[in-house]
Amino acid sequence: MSTIADIQNEIVAEFEILGDDRESTIFYIMELGGNLEPYPEDFRKEEYIIQGCQSKVWLVAEEKEGKVHYRADSNTDITKGLISLLIRVLNHRSPKEILEANLDFIPRIGMGNILGSQRSNGLAAMMNQMKRYALAFQTKQNA
Amino acid sequence: MAIQVNSIRSEFPILHQEVNGNPLIYFDNAATTQKPKVVLDALQNYYEVDNSNIHRGAHTLADRATRQFEETRESVRAFIGARESAEIIFTRGTTESINLVAKTFGSAFIQKGDEIIISTLEHHSNIVPWQMLCEQNGAILRVIPITDAGELVWEEFEKLLNPKTKLVSVVHASNALGTINPVKRMIDAAHAVGAKVLLDGAQSTSHLDVDVQALDCDFLTFSAHKLYGPTGLGVLYGKRELLEAMPPFLGGGEMIREVTFEKTTYNTIPFKFEAGTPSIAEVIAFKPALDFITSTGKANIHRHEHDLLQYAVELLQDVKGVIPVGTAAEKIAVFSFNIQSMHPFDVGQLLDAKGIAVRTGHHCTQPLMRRLGIEGTVRASFAVYNSRAEVEVFAQAVTKIASLKNK
Repeated sequence: MSTIADIQNEIVAEFEILGDDRESTIFYIMELGGNLEPYPEDFRKEEYIIQGCQSKVWLVAEEKEGKVHYRADSNTDITKGLISLLIRVLNHRSPKEILEANLDFIPRIGMGNILGSQRSNGLAAMMNQMKRYALAFQTKQNA
Repeated sequence: MAIQVNSIRSEFPILHQEVNGNPLIYFDNAATTQKPKVVLDALQNYYEVDNSNIHRGAHTLADRATRQFEETRESVRAFIGARESAEIIFTRGTTESINLVAKTFGSAFIQKGDEIIISTLEHHSNIVPWQMLCEQNGAILRVIPITDAGELVWEEFEKLLNPKTKLVSVVHASNALGTINPVKRMIDAAHAVGAKVLLDGAQSTSHLDVDVQALDCDFLTFSAHKLYGPTGLGVLYGKRELLEAMPPFLGGGEMIREVTFEKTTYNTIPFKFEAGTPSIAEVIAFKPALDFITSTGKANIHRHEHDLLQYAVELLQDVKGVIPVGTAAEKIAVFSFNIQSMHPFDVGQLLDAKGIAVRTGHHCTQPLMRRLGIEGTVRASFAVYNSRAEVEVFAQAVTKIASLKNK
């Protein structure tokens, strides 16, 4: 199985093909949102909303055989696309891998520049929440 | 007289740039307008030549700065048709102007059980100060409902008015939808029950002829930065007898007549409400902004902007997936809309990729959005320097975005 670093490199390469055409990049991100696994309606609750995002983002994680399984949704298509990238990088990995991951693909694809500071802050909040879930599962595994 | 857009655009340096590889199309004018060169020059000139603290200075620079500062006050007076310049108070913005009235008029003249009327169209800045006042003194906030088109329901307003109504604080033109309220009728009806009226003119003063004596409003609030002037400066107009009867807002320098440790007596209006060093440069640079509007002609500006609005509506009304929000008969040049199955943020981001600046979200009118059953809108708002060609580029971009989810 490819590593977190491998997948990040893949994503960077995909975005390089798009070049600096901002509109096609955004269209592409919006399309990526379609890859998200359907979000379970039972978890569409206030407590699963990530604080710090301007648009609404729901995130839930479960542990299966030592790996973390994330599911997420948003009310905006661009945000859904961004989540799908994070999930593609971090899904089905051990809490240890997730916590140690150096998530650098976002600056590498110039996302801050494309999306502006508000969305970038939201993206950082999303990443932190994913790591927080991993930390909780790791603590439980070690208990 | 028709507006010569190219000639006007040449006076606004910021407009001549590319954003994301496209010529900037600035359609976020309801949030803030761009500034003509004369305003920028006045700011620069003040700091280069006249910078000095105003009033009470015995030297030449202080005198020059004071004179220019007070000239702007006179220009504002003329601009809104006030009786005298002492009725013009400089604040930091519309928000502060409304808070000033809530804190001073509110604490002195609104008691427990009294009623304050606002409307569903209000900006948060004309909701929260009154909620705070009501929490403090037990007054009651009443809200005029609207129709689906975004117009106030007149009969409901009439029903709300009663002898307990002490204040009607209402927006002249809605920032989110553009609706122009029938304020003259509202003011007359409010006065008939003995209530005072505050008019939130943040959006109307740049588009409509607002004459405080003709309207007979008791207070008018607006911000310089929406009138091609500098940021950080607002105006509160109040009738002399009210301003004199109201207690001061902030305590400090400038607002006093005499201070001893036992007692302080207050300065006369307008200085009673202008504690501390004001935004001198911004006030001085506001005058050329007002001169720009007056020389261009408010009626010409309104006609031009209205034409742009009509054109946008015409180009987009039949586009599949485009849902206009706010379709009042009388509107300022605000085109608020949604695209079926898309979030306003995404639409805004895609327009930005094309160099088009619009505002997205709830526009600080969450109760209004809730009433309309939407989370927010995309808002294009026009100003004197916008052109029909820009509206065409905008309409093409919106049409393309709408086609993504509305085949």
